[in-house]
Amino acid sequence: MPVILATDLIVYFLAAAIVYFAFSVMGEGIAARAWAGIRTNRLALVCMAVLFVYFSIALLDSVRYRDRVFDDSGRHALTEKGEAIYSPQALSLLDRALSDLRTNTEKSYSAPFARYLFTKESVELPNGEAVRDYPAMKHPGAHWLGTDKVGNDVLFSAIKGVRTAIVIGAGTTLIMVPFAIFFGVIAGYYGGLIDDIVQYIYTTLASIPGVLLIVAFMLLFGTSGYQGGLISQSQISLSFFVLNERLFWLALILGITSWTDLCRLIRGETLKLRELEYVQASRAFGVSKPGIIARHIVPNVMHLVLITFVLQFSGLVLAEAILSYIGIGVGPQMGSWGNMINTARLELSRDPIVWWNLFAAFVFMFSLVLPANIFGDAVRDALDPRLRTGKGWH
Amino acid sequence: MTPILKVNNLKTYFKTSSGLAKAVDGVSFEIPKGGTFALVGESGSGKSITALSIIQLVPEPAGYIAGGEVILNGTDIVPLDERKKREIRGNKISMIFQEPMTSLNPVFTIGDQVMEAIVLHQDKSRTEAKRAAIEMLDKVQLPDPERLFNEYPHRLSGGQRQRVMIAMALACKPDLLIADEPTTALDVTIQEEILKLIREMKAQTGTAILLITHNMALVYQNADVVGVMYAGKLVEVAPGKALFRNPMHPYTVKLLRSIPGHEKRGKALDTIAGTVPPATSYPKGCHFAGRCPREMEGCAMIEPPLTEWAPGHQAACHLYDAAFMSQPHSRPLRQEPDILPPLTVPPAEREALLEVKGLKTWYPIKKGVLKRTVGFVKAVDGIDIDVKKGSTLALVGESGCGKTTAGKSILQLIRPTAGEIVFKGRDLSSLKERELKSHRSLLQIIFQDPYSSLNPRLTVRETIEEGLKAVRPGMKREERIEKVASVMERVGLSPEMMARYPHEFSGGQRQRIGIARALAVDPEFIVCDEAVSALDVSVQAQILNLLKSIQRDFGLSFLFITHDLSVVEYIADEVAVMYAGKIVERAPTAEIFSNPKNDYTKKLLSAVPRIDERLVSGWRLPGHDILKQD
Repeated sequence: MPVILATDLIVYFLAAAIVYFAFSVMGEGIAARAWAGIRTNRLALVCMAVLFVYFSIALLDSVRYRDRVFDDSGRHALTEKGEAIYSPQALSLLDRALSDLRTNTEKSYSAPFARYLFTKESVELPNGEAVRDYPAMKHPGAHWLGTDKVGNDVLFSAIKGVRTAIVIGAGTTLIMVPFAIFFGVIAGYYGGLIDDIVQYIYTTLASIPGVLLIVAFMLLFGTSGYQGGLISQSQISLSFFVLNERLFWLALILGITSWTDLCRLIRGETLKLRELEYVQASRAFGVSKPGIIARHIVPNVMHLVLITFVLQFSGLVLAEAILSYIGIGVGPQMGSWGNMINTARLELSRDPIVWWNLFAAFVFMFSLVLPANIFGDAVRDALDPRLRTGKGWH
Repeated sequence: MTPILKVNNLKTYFKTSSGLAKAVDGVSFEIPKGGTFALVGESGSGKSITALSIIQLVPEPAGYIAGGEVILNGTDIVPLDERKKREIRGNKISMIFQEPMTSLNPVFTIGDQVMEAIVLHQDKSRTEAKRAAIEMLDKVQLPDPERLFNEYPHRLSGGQRQRVMIAMALACKPDLLIADEPTTALDVTIQEEILKLIREMKAQTGTAILLITHNMALVYQNADVVGVMYAGKLVEVAPGKALFRNPMHPYTVKLLRSIPGHEKRGKALDTIAGTVPPATSYPKGCHFAGRCPREMEGCAMIEPPLTEWAPGHQAACHLYDAAFMSQPHSRPLRQEPDILPPLTVPPAEREALLEVKGLKTWYPIKKGVLKRTVGFVKAVDGIDIDVKKGSTLALVGESGCGKTTAGKSILQLIRPTAGEIVFKGRDLSSLKERELKSHRSLLQIIFQDPYSSLNPRLTVRETIEEGLKAVRPGMKREERIEKVASVMERVGLSPEMMARYPHEFSGGQRQRIGIARALAVDPEFIVCDEAVSALDVSVQAQILNLLKSIQRDFGLSFLFITHDLSVVEYIADEVAVMYAGKIVERAPTAEIFSNPKNDYTKKLLSAVPRIDERLVSGWRLPGHDILKQD
């Protein structure tokens, strides 16, 4: 029985967008121009490959279904009415592919590649004597990045965090960018009353402390939401769809609170662009206002969108960590780097320190954010005809 | 007498991604005490970099002085360490810049800024420095210097700020004052005052002046000695009057002949073929060889040294070199005729194409929470003009007089407050946006800045096509491309460049694209808003020739908005002088220049620097046989 979370739709949308761009590269639109610029940029290609791997993980982690429950005799269990019974656990394709990593748990902390646990325990020797020593692990050497406090594989947790990060980073941006562009451009271009209204809205939003708004929102909507792990029947609508999901509410509220900065930037840039002479020339031809906005304004503010996107990406992942800390993040059972960083606070104060949780989160985050930055820059440059020939001072 | 400044074979290079750019490539000249040396040249010729090299402020790390000497009062200052150089800057050498609006720091008072240099370089207490600063402000003829001392820069006009800059520059009585385009950003009446001030200060203090400008008439009136710079080299150095009486280098002749003016009416302006070679790939010999109307076989290979051919008159050209001319490599490669072709426009028709009656464009000033209108900025305050079919009306005036607003109001890009704009019998100002759409294509506009007038993200084809798409939505793609190709050809651009982006073109070419964009929709009336003001004089000449020829071929009417009166004299049939939102005088061009009636017009016209018109007819290209003639 398939289960689709609200945030899965975001991932599917991204996947569809990627497929669409991959096809339109063969045409001669913007995508083709961008591709022509990126194709020759080896670094950007490497970054694209890394991003592609990350995205594939997120996509695999977004296709999930519930297995049927077996009864004692090994047959599919049925309700009294004869309906199939499904397990409350919706495992994704990724969970299933990495089921070894997922299920090979230890008792507690163990360092990367360790054969013995990290902390001493009372171990009973074969002769019945009890000594304090490092107990042997169930799966010695199998945990490349060690295990966490409850013995879960850290590598697996980090991989599970990929989807969360992509949903938070890209999903939030997807929610916010259309608002920011639309309101920013119409405020800047039309001016007058429309400008006043838009400015009023974003000034009001920006004047409410963001964290307060997020906390209030999450407490209102997020508390009963699905937060990883087992699904309760009440969270499911239409027998397979989960709208009430904490991660989704989080992406939504982060989107609502973060579009104002970009909107302000775009409004300012539009105010500048609308006075430029090519816009005036366009007006002298009688081109309509939406036509001018589409041809002359939006393409010339896209660089702001790209810059904001890559700059906000890491900020959003961190915001998720902070919110997890105060208990309104994505929830402990849905793997996230924020949770890992959060638990690492206590681990770093131990002696000797438990560093691998933080390390894993850091490595995974770094190797997502850095390529995203570089790739974002490459796309921006590729879309800017002035930079395409690579001419310098002359 | 030893000169104050002697520049010896100065070379300033820049490291760029496309190679070594030789911005200044071996320049030598000297300035005596109290002398004015003018460095003229088009943009990119290296004149500003020469100035920065002299004051030891080459933009590092990309740029560096690769060789040569800058000898100030007998000492070469290039090898000095940074501390010593700082002592020289602002003290022995000072500089004033083009843009008075940005060269003063807005958060400090005028007094603070003038005092800064005095305290830094002269061993004076703050009270003494204050007295000296006020004295300087008084000397540059600023009103009420005591009060001004505590004012912030934004309270001052552009001309007043430039006076403050001069006060700062001269506060330490420098030996050398570098004035880099000191009046380019100023109105012509203020330009005259500033130059007068510089001349007076020079007479008082004996400061030598290095004047950098692209304005030939300014040079004619202010310079003792002139150096003409082209592509990093001086091609001609001569006493001011001698240069204008007898320009020797073909480049100088071409440059002078491309200046518009009333003597050249009815003729095409002289233009220079091709473009300046990039600083990274100059030819081995004469840098001008590829564009020279008198190029000989050896020119691109053998470098002509700057040699004195007449007393005080140096030129770097092989034509005057008997030894070179006797060699076989003196065979001419190019032999352009010396006579300029006529370029006349048929006389205008009697009927007016466009009549403007009582045009007013007021901007409301809004205050308070409720944005009540408390007053108006009367940008255009009731003007009446008419433009006859096939003629050119020039709308002249200083910055802020409302001439650009007037042009945009006529095109309905800004909706006017009141007045009628009757175009072919219909009042445009009464039309609704939708009704206006069918008229839009007949009235077009060409802008000043060739950089901001083209969308950097659209190809040339997309840019020119835009109007066609809006005006003739039914046009087929092939037809459109054909039309784009034909207008590109008409403005002198190869249609093969259609798929390129604006940044791949030079300023002049961009201006051609702007003209092509307007022409594509078959207009009858074009507003040229400072259309040639941002261009170098030789490029300006090409564009003016182009505008005249399209006027002739298509029977276009122009409203030429400009502050440059030499352009007006050359191109306009009628002139309307605008001042503070109103037209103060209107007359045919010849009449207004010979017999201005309004006081403001008189003041404006008398402030324009002019080259003695008797000299103009004497500017002849030297022939290959110039030596045999003597």
